[in-house]
Amino acid sequence: MSEIRYAVGIDLGTTHCVMAAVDLHASDRDELAEGIEAIPQLTGPGAVEDRSMLPSFLYLPHPDELRPDDRTLPWGEQPAFVVGELARVMGSRTPIRLVASAKSWLCHPGVDRRAAILPVEGPEEVERVSPLQASMSYLAHLRAAWDYHHPDAPLAEQEVVLTVPASFDPAARELTAEAAAAVGLSHLVLLEEPQAALYHWILAAGDEWRKQVHIGDIILVVDLGGGTADFSLIAVTERDGALELVRVAVGDHILLGGDNMDLALAHTIRAKLAEQGAQLDPWQVQGLTHGCRHAKEILLSDSSVVAVPVVVPSRGSRLIGGTLRTELTREEVTQALMGGFFPEVDASARPASRARAALTKLGLPYAQDAAMTRHLAAFLGRQVDATRDLQGFAGSALEHASFLHPTAVLFNGGVFKAPPLLERTLAVLNGWLNAEGAPPARLLEGADLDLAVARGAAYYGYVRRGRGVRIRGGTAKSFYVGVESAVPAVPGMEPPIEALCIAPFGMEEGTHAELPPQEVGLVVGEPVRFRFFGSSVRRADHVGEVLEQWAPEEVEELEEIAATLPAEGRQPGEVVPVRLRAAVTEVGTLRLEAVPREGAESWKIEFDVRGER
Amino acid sequence: MSDSHPSFFNRLTLALRAFWRILTDEPFAASVLRLEGEMPVAAGPAVAEPPKPALRETSPDSALQLLALLQQEGRFVDFLEENVTAYSDADIGGAARVVHEGCRKVIHHYLRIEPVRAEAEGVRLTLAAGFDTAAVRLTGNVVGQPPFNGTLMHRGWRAVEIKLPRLADGHDVRVLAPAEVEL
Repeated sequence: MSEIRYAVGIDLGTTHCVMAAVDLHASDRDELAEGIEAIPQLTGPGAVEDRSMLPSFLYLPHPDELRPDDRTLPWGEQPAFVVGELARVMGSRTPIRLVASAKSWLCHPGVDRRAAILPVEGPEEVERVSPLQASMSYLAHLRAAWDYHHPDAPLAEQEVVLTVPASFDPAARELTAEAAAAVGLSHLVLLEEPQAALYHWILAAGDEWRKQVHIGDIILVVDLGGGTADFSLIAVTERDGALELVRVAVGDHILLGGDNMDLALAHTIRAKLAEQGAQLDPWQVQGLTHGCRHAKEILLSDSSVVAVPVVVPSRGSRLIGGTLRTELTREEVTQALMGGFFPEVDASARPASRARAALTKLGLPYAQDAAMTRHLAAFLGRQVDATRDLQGFAGSALEHASFLHPTAVLFNGGVFKAPPLLERTLAVLNGWLNAEGAPPARLLEGADLDLAVARGAAYYGYVRRGRGVRIRGGTAKSFYVGVESAVPAVPGMEPPIEALCIAPFGMEEGTHAELPPQEVGLVVGEPVRFRFFGSSVRRADHVGEVLEQWAPEEVEELEEIAATLPAEGRQPGEVVPVRLRAAVTEVGTLRLEAVPREGAESWKIEFDVRGER
Repeated sequence: MSDSHPSFFNRLTLALRAFWRILTDEPFAASVLRLEGEMPVAAGPAVAEPPKPALRETSPDSALQLLALLQQEGRFVDFLEENVTAYSDADIGGAARVVHEGCRKVIHHYLRIEPVRAEAEGVRLTLAAGFDTAAVRLTGNVVGQPPFNGTLMHRGWRAVEIKLPRLADGHDVRVLAPAEVEL
């Protein structure tokens, strides 16, 4: 095996993937050789182009749609399934064969992520793939693209930093790592996307970054991509006289992003066209969404424009006669985006959640409240105590604060390419701060909003070799298993459940937690399921601590986990007392093990167990 | 894809075509024989005749490829093939937006186009001797010797860079837009 030459950052996004690299051999303290990697991909049948982004779409073509020649990639492969731009284009005409948002499915606890379920709307004869396979196909394409451009330094032998949303649960992280391992990426590390964005900011600011932040700063990272919203809080502290960054909190997984905004605008216009008596077919709605995105970008970047014409081309070759024409006005954009997605709300506002209708159809758990600002208020409110135990912050936390007061904000994601949306978010946040007598938060100037995460990830691969500042943080949750409490059974009532802490908050990569004193019984030869919980606010719980009751907003139930003890050397049905031990792997995934009282062996506990039911 | 250096596949098809024609076409076979006899002479260094000015055929592939992209993104062919006299200016204007937005996207994505002259149109400028006559065209009172003084009427355009998608071998560039049949 050759020496590692590159640190490669991969942003495996909900709507597109980006790959960046730092050449470790060519980089030193003064000069960093880094950049975005071009990704050759099909952009039309038989046409290949280099693009900086690979749309995260997989298209499962019918045999009569594309000839093998039409699928030829530069490295001579003719894959049966199409990935990237061509997949996106073909899918816009034939959605029943399109797999989209695989990443959101990968962290959807309601489905078996290893089962071939996508595309959900596909008819019987369309071959299906699992969310895991879809993610693997994007990674496999990126790997092939890399190897094509760097025949001397195959990706499998490079250090790869793969980004995941900060809000990904342990099961989704493990599945992501599994997908990467399956395509042969052996030197793998996971990094949270908001952290990657901050690494990119440090990279872009150069030595200046130390002057732009101070000890005691709390940086809020707001990452709003095509499909997801992700928040993180990173505190600036001091260790041995040097600045240190500590990620103190991450937000919930919110399926809400730029695509929702374009759709919202398209619906506004569609209603307007319907009033004029024009009915649009799905193909025209696609064109309309595209037109709205374009019009929105003009309206949001130039305040002197009052209205932008939007035309919906006809599908047939008669362009002039069949084209529908309308316009998108500034007021409509303001109302739909500012009012719908960035409303001015109080710091005490919380997202509305209505009871879900019975699950009749398989679908993604999209955010029910589109108001980004309410989600942000909820996050800051929940994390009001996030810095309480941090050195140097104890005094600064105001007693009467109702939410955590950030002092600086870094925005990331394509949505914020529209300056008014960024300004609005900052203004709302500063309004909350002002109401509690706190100074306004500073804006940390970001750049490259679409590509920052991949570049930051590659840079992290570089600094992890001891060549720059690192963000500490470890796990952003403490984890618990549910154990039935020992109370006399009452007929008709489930025994109350207690939560036993097995992994404390902030476990770092490559460490393991101590063994809790409590034992649980595992039945030999049968899968034994445990309820599994996580908390993003209980920072002080130690391993072995037992919660008898908790507030619903404090501890959240995750997917069940399961352990199976092999029957070797034991009687099936025998109950073996074990203790549960947590570890965080070098890759950055949580690993749970069942450790029996005697013997050196231990058994892995699986997260994603739905498929085995 | 220069004409003087045909690719392997071009040579292969040529060889197959020539094979049949030599078998079936007697005069053709005779000329091939002559050509074969002449080859060593033509390749020899003895004759230092200056090359005759020649016109070259351009390959239609990239032209068709660009046309297909303009159609795909900007409905360019649809627009040109439509009878505009039948419509009002407002209707044509609506369609022109589709064409303009899409074609502009294609031109900006696949080519880098810059003005030939950086000066503003309407200013007086001086062309020194040895200026590029291909990039600057003289009009009007064209007499005398450089330096020439004149007014910039049009800045000109130059494609600084062009990067079209690579095509698979069997790709038929003559299909500018496939017919669409919805099932």
